[in-house]
Amino acid sequence: MHIVYPAVVSALLFSIGVYGVLARRNTILVLMSVELMLNAVNLNLVAFDVWLRDRLHAGQVLTLFVIVIAAAEVGLGLAIILALYRNRRTVDLDRLRLLAETPAPAGSALSPESALTAGPASATGSSPVSAPVRTGPPPPTGSPPAGPPPPAGPLPPTGSTPSTGPVSPPPAGSPFPPSPGPGEGP
Amino acid sequence: MTDAPSYLSPTGQEIVFLLLGAVAVGAALLVVTTRQLVHAALWLVVTFGALAGCYLVLTAEFVAWVQVLIYVGAIVVLLLFGIMLTRAPIGRSADLDSGNRPAAALVALATAAVLVTVVVDGFRTAYAPLRAGGGSAGEIGSSVFRNWVLPFEALSVLLLAALIGAIVLSRTDIRGRG
Repeated sequence: MHIVYPAVVSALLFSIGVYGVLARRNTILVLMSVELMLNAVNLNLVAFDVWLRDRLHAGQVLTLFVIVIAAAEVGLGLAIILALYRNRRTVDLDRLRLLAETPAPAGSALSPESALTAGPASATGSSPVSAPVRTGPPPPTGSPPAGPPPPAGPLPPTGSTPSTGPVSPPPAGSPFPPSPGPGEGP
Repeated sequence: MTDAPSYLSPTGQEIVFLLLGAVAVGAALLVVTTRQLVHAALWLVVTFGALAGCYLVLTAEFVAWVQVLIYVGAIVVLLLFGIMLTRAPIGRSADLDSGNRPAAALVALATAAVLVTVVVDGFRTAYAPLRAGGGSAGEIGSSVFRNWVLPFEALSVLLLAALIGAIVLSRTDIRGRG
């Protein structure tokens, strides 16, 4: 057996897996493409084990190990995908843009150092997917948000007052730009 | 290694291997290009089966059966479970590919070109006559439990950790502390 044949087959399989990982949108299809890449590596390992006549059978034993690790990876990946689907109702990779850097909202007059502290909160508030599909029920207006608690303010934020310094109000106030009034229940 | 026979007269084993490899590559292409999610999982079965045949031709029998058992039997079923549980559309769906498809094709073609060129250039004269029995269950088992015991045990711990992690991630009644 010429070793070129399995090597070329595995190279082609690996590139197909690369294409699938980059081009697919559904997360499960991306997992399948990762499996293709792992199989390409396995074919290489077996072929070179046969070629080199390893006394320890390192190639084939390592193939078994890779198969086991792939099983663990698929199990964990599917658990993560299911948790994602429970929270977001979608598994499309293109729509999971919560970590993307969005431009600052136009209405907020934040100084640069306070924008540094309020960066994640404002990115959460202005992301297009986060508003209807937030985890759990939406918090009632007036109560402090569940995610980042306000660091120093014991009171709920009473409107957006940009002059109180960079510490207390912006992380708590910016997720609620359309809140009609402070303190009223629904 | 030894005096390699020419490429112009492939042996029967090589012909079988090339046919199986063509089946594997074709099914893999269908996995990444099909428009139906369930069909992708089923073409993945074909790919893994053809690869198991490749392992058999390469005299790695135990790896071939483990491939059939774990990949075809467990992983594809797990992926099908994932497809069902995320309520994926069963029929033909048009939005399985993202917008960066030309870039992905470009990167994949570049990867294939580089890898195939390097591999063909590097292993043109490599030849290994196939001898039966090199990858039997007895050989692999003695090798695992004689030389590879520590990685084997570490891998079992890793599998246990992955199991517990999957359970914790997928159950909804376990909350974080505080």
